[in-house]
Amino acid sequence: MIDRIASGFHPFVLPFMFGMVFVLGYCVYGIIKILCQLPAEDRRRFFISLVTPKTFVKNIWDIFANCLLHVKLWKRNKLLGYMHSSIAFGWFMIILLGHLEVIFFIPDRIHLFYYPIFFNFFVAENEATVGGAVMFFLMDFFLLVILSGIALAIIKRVRSRLFGMRRTTRPSFLDTIGLYSLWAIFPLRLLAESLTADISGGSFLTLSHNWLFRQILIDHTDLMLPTWWAYSIALGVFMTVLPFTRYMHIPAEMMLIPMRNAGLCIRNARRGFARVEVFSCPNCGVCIDACPMSVRKANIKDATVYLNRQIRRNNEKRIEEISDKCLLCGKCTVVCQVGVEGNVMRVAQRATRKYAINQDFACVDVAPMKEKVAGEGNVLYFAGCMTHLTPSIKKATLSVLDKAGVRYKLMDPDGGVCCGRPMLLAGRFDQATELFKRNVEIIKASGCDTLLLSCPICYKMFRDHYGKVLGGVSGAASGSGAGASGAAVPVLDGIRIVHHSEYFAELVAAGRLRPQMTPDTRYVFHDPCELGRGEGIYEQPREVIRSVGTLVEAAKNLQESICCGGSLGSLSLGFDKREPITRNSLANLCVENPDTIVTACPLCQSTFGRYSSVPVKDLSQVLDESLA
Amino acid sequence: MDFGFGFSPSSAADLDKIDLSLYHRMEKVAPDIRTCMGCGSCSATCTGAPFSGMSLRKVILAIQRGKEREAREMLSGCMLCGKCTMVCPRGINTRNLIISLCRYWDSDKREYDFSREVEVKI
Repeated sequence: MIDRIASGFHPFVLPFMFGMVFVLGYCVYGIIKILCQLPAEDRRRFFISLVTPKTFVKNIWDIFANCLLHVKLWKRNKLLGYMHSSIAFGWFMIILLGHLEVIFFIPDRIHLFYYPIFFNFFVAENEATVGGAVMFFLMDFFLLVILSGIALAIIKRVRSRLFGMRRTTRPSFLDTIGLYSLWAIFPLRLLAESLTADISGGSFLTLSHNWLFRQILIDHTDLMLPTWWAYSIALGVFMTVLPFTRYMHIPAEMMLIPMRNAGLCIRNARRGFARVEVFSCPNCGVCIDACPMSVRKANIKDATVYLNRQIRRNNEKRIEEISDKCLLCGKCTVVCQVGVEGNVMRVAQRATRKYAINQDFACVDVAPMKEKVAGEGNVLYFAGCMTHLTPSIKKATLSVLDKAGVRYKLMDPDGGVCCGRPMLLAGRFDQATELFKRNVEIIKASGCDTLLLSCPICYKMFRDHYGKVLGGVSGAASGSGAGASGAAVPVLDGIRIVHHSEYFAELVAAGRLRPQMTPDTRYVFHDPCELGRGEGIYEQPREVIRSVGTLVEAAKNLQESICCGGSLGSLSLGFDKREPITRNSLANLCVENPDTIVTACPLCQSTFGRYSSVPVKDLSQVLDESLA
Repeated sequence: MDFGFGFSPSSAADLDKIDLSLYHRMEKVAPDIRTCMGCGSCSATCTGAPFSGMSLRKVILAIQRGKEREAREMLSGCMLCGKCTMVCPRGINTRNLIISLCRYWDSDKREYDFSREVEVKI
């Protein structure tokens, strides 16, 4: 092996060096800035988690699996998974192998940044040696892998439907520059290495191309230097624009993963953890197809990917529009490959607003209600606002409880205090806490051991936020999706919080309820956002339905169920704008032609009921009818 | 001595003299305020009403009559539960209307507090 250039330098490396130094400098600056923005307690937690062996190993594995191999994407869409992992992992391997080549063949040049990248220009190695043959083969192999990924990327840009994506994100101007320079890098590398292959050695890909060039060109060495220049310029351009494009997700995700593993969460709408999430968004646009609002073309620009883009641009007007419109169904968070929490991010934006009128609820006196609930019965049933608006659900629930012989009492027979979730979703945490405290007072005064709820909105609120307000130990501390079927039901200060779907499933399983099975009736279950994605309750309502009839499934169900469109999460969507969302969700539910649509949320029931040609019933109603 | 009646200031609004600047400003930030036909469905379903006398119908009326204090008092009893939105026959997004009223009561300007640090979990 020969060092071709005695000085070990050629001016064509300068564009690459400039880009490299710039992007590294920017990342170091970004990391320091983000760390400074974190609250002291979070910062401590983050540093401790970095040196804890368990999280350290988890971080490395997660970064490897998600940033390089894109395991999550593979599971979702194999073609997209291959495309991303071929580019990411292939590029990583080329960089790694480049360094190994320098270490093996000319270790005294390892201090030169650009040597591993432009190895074939600077070093003439012979593929006749074992080391050279293996290395060059691997280099060519991974280059081929990347080129196949790039080819797929180009096809995807033209026809995204081939990749199962109806819509993709419109790239911004700088994104386009980043995109084209990224596409150019690897073909140029192939060209440069091929033209140099008869001097510096190569393998199956580069040598064969070299042979081809020698056949068709009079003097291929003339083109050698210009292609190396072009390769270096493409790299330089890509790295220089990287911080201002979607490709910033590459370094940002490597920061997001350890931060999430350290248990950090969004505390400020724009700084710290939220900032890292925004920069981690790869603009892939998976959230656009997932968003229930996307049925209307006008709403496409309100998907999470565009929220992240507007936050990066500090466009307050658009940030406000996007965060107010969202239904907060949480589907974008579920489908997001990097784990950007679109719904939490929006609530964080809402929480930054200042109001002229701040409710304090001093006038809400719960003493009379406390007196009413004190008495016999260990199950306390809280109907909640929405159930009061759909009294048939309340009636059916009470009827089922009577038939099962449950001793219960009502928490809000004449109307109660709102659970506080609508306030929470509007970003008004202090007001939500005030409402919540009052409900807790009533619950405590009742002396019950089970709090039964028929509204998933209240249910999620009580289950997730009870501990925090009272400073007690919350059983659902791990947050959303914790309670998959069969998981421990949280017991908070001795009071069990239970949704009626869970409770009825238990009563049926225990034989306290014996519903009449009618196999001819086909039911489809709609997973309400708060119950399914929110609390991970999918199986219990289905068990109840299976005991009364035949259960069929919707096209998209469980985690990917489509919001009914009635959600309280959206502040600005009016009735007329919600109708297409509801109709789309209904069409999704009716693919198997069910006789009845069953849901477990009064809000979903009333929203669907408005437009559905198929009867829409609550789980309690279906169960009650079968018990007659 | 209690005669069973008393003297209180008249609650009649003199439409020529009252200050309607708030109403006109609110028409801009929350145009729905003009759509209301005063049916009172919102008041009938209101969760906050038993505690604070909140009634969106009355709030709108009070703003139209220049009675800012009454309207403000009622608004501070709203729990944002959204039942009024679901029953409104005019399809008014009442929650958005209330939020806009609460936010822009004093000025049209959007004000933010970006320094606030609070754990956001929903």
